[in-house]
Amino acid sequence: MKELLIAALFVTSTTVMAAETRFDISIKDHMFSPAEITIPANQRVKLIVSNEDATPEEFEGEDFTLEKVIPGNSKASIMVGPFEPGRYEFVGEFHEDTAKGVLIVK
Amino acid sequence: MLSSAIIVFREVLEAALIVSILLAATCGLPRRTFWIGAGLLAGLAGACVVALFASSITSAFEGTGQELMNATILLVAVVMLAWHNIWMSHHARELVAHMKNVSARITDGSLPLYFLAVAAGMAVLREGSEVVLFMYSVTASGSSANSMMTGSIIGVISGILVGRLIYSGLLRIPTGRLFQFTGWMILLLASGLAASAAGYLMQADVLPYQAPLWDSGYLLSEKSIFGQLLHILIGYQERPTAIHLTFYVVTLCSILTGMCWVSRRAEHRLHASEV
Repeated sequence: MKELLIAALFVTSTTVMAAETRFDISIKDHMFSPAEITIPANQRVKLIVSNEDATPEEFEGEDFTLEKVIPGNSKASIMVGPFEPGRYEFVGEFHEDTAKGVLIVK
Repeated sequence: MLSSAIIVFREVLEAALIVSILLAATCGLPRRTFWIGAGLLAGLAGACVVALFASSITSAFEGTGQELMNATILLVAVVMLAWHNIWMSHHARELVAHMKNVSARITDGSLPLYFLAVAAGMAVLREGSEVVLFMYSVTASGSSANSMMTGSIIGVISGILVGRLIYSGLLRIPTGRLFQFTGWMILLLASGLAASAAGYLMQADVLPYQAPLWDSGYLLSEKSIFGQLLHILIGYQERPTAIHLTFYVVTLCSILTGMCWVSRRAEHRLHASEV
């Protein structure tokens, strides 16, 4: 019985984890790192974007609709998708020359 | 310098357009400059406060504070613009008479026009806070700060100039037609703002995510100047979803219904007093 409970707990906890896939992106010197992230298709995905610069940045989708200001030295969670497979570019609008990134959906 | 001018211009343009259309739409109303001006100043002050507390706002409500705040600002603006249009469909006739002939009185002219103040304030609040954050980002970044600051200032000034141009253009419309025209403009503008609010609610996961119905970005990008103008004026979106469209249509129909109902009632009263 005990083992069964533990097993059940395991199953539920892994499904909870699977339901929320998260990816970390950092911004430093007005650049995304990693600048290319592969995310699964047809699934809502959480991006944790941590801005390590002292200045604010605006995360903006180029091929998808999204706009979010991330203040300096802070983190923001951004939900994206579900997307069809393909390339989805995004930029940091406040420093568009350097802050470029792409979500590769597979 | 050019890139920062364009970023700031895009943000300022929306507020400038809304305010100049409001100014034209209330032409001849006593004390409207006071109310709209007060709203503008309050909006600017609010924008600085929002920028100052950007971190706490972003992390509020499990990280959706920013989206919820933007959606709220937009929806409040929509309600105020709706109220303006409905109020005008009752008073437009008196206003036209007043503008053509000084002896005509505006009966409710002393009414507090605070809805104008709130609408103007909301327009400045959302875009203004982004401009403040961007300018802060620019001044803090060092090396190229000076030329980017110049760019930002050029952006602010040209945004205001375009607003001013639109205002002068609108005032060339004959008085009898002016309020009809600005009424339609505000109707479409408010519907577009409601659709944008829906977008933020979807981003915050308050409304379910939906795949866009189409993507017309290759025909007309929302980031081009013309696309941006259409986005503000009629609510053009390159990737709308069914929820965006629903918000747009429901807002449009509700305001129209309110306008028709009020103007019909006003007409009845006019006939009754004549008999």
